[in-house]
Amino acid sequence: MHARVLIYTAVMAGVTYLIRMLPFTFFTKKIESRFVRSFLYYIPYAVLSAMTIPAIIDSTGSRITAAAGTAVAVVLAYFELPLIVVASAASVTALIIGLII
Amino acid sequence: MKTAKDFSRGIADGIPIMLGYLSVSFAIGIKSAAAGLTTFEAALISLTNLTSAGQAKGIDIIAANGTLVEMILVQLIINIRYSLMGLTLSQRLDPEFKLKHRLLASYGITDEIFALCAARKSPLCPSYMYGMILVAASGWVTGTAMGAAAGQLLPEVVAGALGIMLYGMFLAIIIPPARKERSVLCVVIAAALFSLLFAELIKAVPDGFAMIISAVAAAALGAAVFPIKDENENKSKSRSGEAE
Repeated sequence: MHARVLIYTAVMAGVTYLIRMLPFTFFTKKIESRFVRSFLYYIPYAVLSAMTIPAIIDSTGSRITAAAGTAVAVVLAYFELPLIVVASAASVTALIIGLII
Repeated sequence: MKTAKDFSRGIADGIPIMLGYLSVSFAIGIKSAAAGLTTFEAALISLTNLTSAGQAKGIDIIAANGTLVEMILVQLIINIRYSLMGLTLSQRLDPEFKLKHRLLASYGITDEIFALCAARKSPLCPSYMYGMILVAASGWVTGTAMGAAAGQLLPEVVAGALGIMLYGMFLAIIIPPARKERSVLCVVIAAALFSLLFAELIKAVPDGFAMIISAVAAAALGAAVFPIKDENENKSKSRSGEAE
């Protein structure tokens, strides 16, 4: 372990931890603003959507297997199957299509 | 035993995250080795940072012998989204979530863990988050070490298939509530459109930024057009968007 790398690692980790810890730990009062509460209600869905689209199409290295996996995931999610089932089905579909093509 | 049940629930919900992390962190491991880091150093960075974009850029800075000021600024900019996520989660905590739990669980606020925790309708308790962080971080560190030690271990088709798991899980989180609430559907579509716009037209913006700008714009739009009702009504909404 190089001392130089250890210093960089400590600085990186320290900054990243503080960014996460400060608002999570010390913001304890309830937010009253209706706009802010609405914003915080929608933000997880918005984050997930922005993370998924368009990245999902390039997630497997082949747009064909990704499209097949996505289609299966959308249908199963629409019928409200559990997370692990939807995720695994998308993955297995991509794998099978990938082995065929 | 509510705590044990929450913990194992967190582990179960964390498994798709772990599998997704395994494949993403391979790439981080390979990158670390290419930058001249040992397997131990690469794994230590993953264990202490638990973040993809921040680590990738951090490894570039280490390789280039950059200054510590640069390192601090880069981490601050790339990872500032975790502050917003921490703030969001702080509003949904169970009373069990005392100071020491907050200090500990902060470590595990990543995009994926945040998303799962925030999408739960019930208040967030420490044991659920610990279970999820435990499996997710194990996947992250293991994948990094394997990537650094042995390069690409998995055949490409298998690694690719693992890569879609995370996104499949995200779809499973957003589609059921989007189906039931028109407001959520609009926010989801707006965020996807903004994100597509960045990916196709404004490519100069780094991915982490593009994601957070798209999400913030879509959520702000949603809050302006469809403000939520009072707290109680919000809490009594259907729980079926949550995984069982």
